[in-house]
Amino acid sequence: MSYRVERMPEMQFRDLEQQQETAQFGMWVFLATELLLFGALFTAYTVFRYFYPAVFAEASHGLNAVIGTVNTAILIVSSVFVALAVAAVKSGRRKAFLFDLSAAIFLGTAFMALKGYEYYEHYQNNEFPGLAFDYAVPNAPIRQVYFFLYFAMTGLHAIHLTVGILLLVYVLVRAYRQHYSTAYFAPVENAGLYWHFVDIVWIFLYPLLYLIDIHH
Amino acid sequence: MKSETHISELRPPPIEPANYLNADHGVKSWLFTTDHKRIGLLFLASITLMFTLGGVFAMLIRLELLTPKGDLVSADTYNKLFTMHGVIMVFFFLIPSIPAVLGNFLIPLMIGARDLAFPRLNLLSWYIYLAGAAFTLWAIVSGGVDTGWTFYTPFSTAASNTEVIKTGCGIMIMGFSSILTGLNFIVTTHKLRAPGMTWFRLPLFVWAIYATSMIMVLATPVLTITLALMAIERAFGIGIFDPALGGDPILFQHLFWFYSHPAVYIMILPGMGVVTELICAFSRQRVIGYTGVAIATLAIAFFGFLVWGHHMFVAGEAAYAAMAFSFLSFAVAVPSAVKVFYWTATLYRGSISFEAPMLYALGFIGLFTIGGMTGLFLAALGLDVHVHDTYFVVAHFHYIMVGGSLLAYFGGLHYWFPKITGRMYPEGWARLAALTIFAGFNLTFFPQFILGYLGMPRRYYSYPESFQTLNVLSTAGASILALGLLIPAVYFLWSWFYGPPAGPDPWNAKGLEWTIASPPPKENFIVTPVVTSEAYDYEVAEIEPGLFYEEAD
Repeated sequence: MSYRVERMPEMQFRDLEQQQETAQFGMWVFLATELLLFGALFTAYTVFRYFYPAVFAEASHGLNAVIGTVNTAILIVSSVFVALAVAAVKSGRRKAFLFDLSAAIFLGTAFMALKGYEYYEHYQNNEFPGLAFDYAVPNAPIRQVYFFLYFAMTGLHAIHLTVGILLLVYVLVRAYRQHYSTAYFAPVENAGLYWHFVDIVWIFLYPLLYLIDIHH
Repeated sequence: MKSETHISELRPPPIEPANYLNADHGVKSWLFTTDHKRIGLLFLASITLMFTLGGVFAMLIRLELLTPKGDLVSADTYNKLFTMHGVIMVFFFLIPSIPAVLGNFLIPLMIGARDLAFPRLNLLSWYIYLAGAAFTLWAIVSGGVDTGWTFYTPFSTAASNTEVIKTGCGIMIMGFSSILTGLNFIVTTHKLRAPGMTWFRLPLFVWAIYATSMIMVLATPVLTITLALMAIERAFGIGIFDPALGGDPILFQHLFWFYSHPAVYIMILPGMGVVTELICAFSRQRVIGYTGVAIATLAIAFFGFLVWGHHMFVAGEAAYAAMAFSFLSFAVAVPSAVKVFYWTATLYRGSISFEAPMLYALGFIGLFTIGGMTGLFLAALGLDVHVHDTYFVVAHFHYIMVGGSLLAYFGGLHYWFPKITGRMYPEGWARLAALTIFAGFNLTFFPQFILGYLGMPRRYYSYPESFQTLNVLSTAGASILALGLLIPAVYFLWSWFYGPPAGPDPWNAKGLEWTIASPPPKENFIVTPVVTSEAYDYEVAEIEPGLFYEEAD
């Protein structure tokens, strides 16, 4: 892959290599802060599930486990494509690079569409606290907490996935304009790291929210 | 005659050497700067504004408490005053103070770098701070907030009819600024150190900011989510904190203090870093126990994450949890005491001089010790029941936050003022101000220990008449403190323009920042320095040149 523009390191770096290492380290530190952002919600989830295991198990039947499972598969495959894209840019295979990025973007968008459909289902089933929620059923307050946590956690995840999709689109546009090369690919790696992180968060959300009571 | 006139006309005016202040001109060159030194000054200007506002609120609180009856302001207004005082001082002054001003200015200079790792992110973090401050000011203008800076639920989500959401949003936004600043410092310290600048050659100020940044990055997001959940619960009547909705109010306290206790260390650790530098420079000694201080810094940051539960001893926390939190709170005292002992050991046999920064540093050691020791009273399960929510707590944390952080911040500002501006401040006035602040501070807050012990609760606008004498003393102290704080405001502004030139190293201090011109050039180091020794080689420099060469042979 060829340079369109010869890339110079920024003023504060010795060379391009130091700049790329620094950028990547920055992303790892950022992911640490992201982990704690979700951590607060996981803590709240743990507390309430510990106090009300039966209500949580019962409420989890309201979730569409089929869509949840399909979405999990979609995200895992998308992460594979992101990993392939990073490998492709490192070895200079331009066509594969562009294809892998596009595939990951497509899968991410598909996830969001399915998630949106799930939210719509909850709205119709009166399981959407704040918009439409059935307070007449038994244990309604705790059910409300379960669904609030469900929306807070998957909602925060969806915001992150949207950012991830936008990042990949940005990388795709820049890749198309030949901004990256086998010598300069830190933004691709960083977008990839972010994508994998968002993916891993979902890997925890899926069993915690969907599979609490699946053996019934 | 004619030719002479000609020559004098040709003689160029004295040229100021190029530095970061005169490199570019105009408002735009400041608003779009990515220079860490300029961003540090932008933070200085904005937090000074917020500090002034918070100080005005504090004075109004003290004036109301001059008499036992509520006569100056109404009860509701009083609630808003102490809330806005706390919110502004904690989130918009103390947390950004030393890291965002001195840290920003000094970290690259101290490690031999040309800038922080992510200069544009650094500027962004200032704009985010401004946005957060704007939200909070908007909340004040549209009526204020009365929940206390702690926003306890369900009062904040179901009962209070003030501007909780706007204030919460302001703090949330400020949190992102704090996270980005911390991230930038961590990455810079790891990746941009000059050749030869190993971890154990770093100035201890850098260690302190590094540990602080860890807390900023790991604790702040928890506050972000907590405030978001609180705002959602308040706005939409759904949530997880209000018992009426099936929620758990203690969960809010756990999440809130998971940030806000480590936040205390965000405020005090940088102060400890500054004080370490000051003690070394003005006792002309290498710091005793460099490794010990560095490790104690990290240990405080680490233990700081494990003690949040001591805020909930009387809130229905499980007895065993309370015991564990009590024990861990006592454990934080160990690394803190280690530092105090190392500082005093450094003073011992040092050749001490009492310039203004040193006065602040010595004041810090004394007041921090009192603040820390009274913290142990509060960490003790039995005693805490007696003094919880009294003025004892107020006095304790003001000894840490004002006696500790604020004094260190002022000491740091004085010490590095010549580096920042290239000019000296008037030493006599500065010493007078330091002593006034010290006296005013103690007169304000020491009576509050007694008031609290006698049982005066915090956050009330009236009190029994028997408490009046001590309250009058406290208000008198606050007035002296305010006066003391006004003096530096005047002479700093004056010296910025008219102070005598300082030269590169007015204190004869060590460390990379003193090897370059004052004010520093735009890109700090024309040639990247190569570091061969640690930052405190005072003994070597004190030896007379002849002797030095003899020994070197």
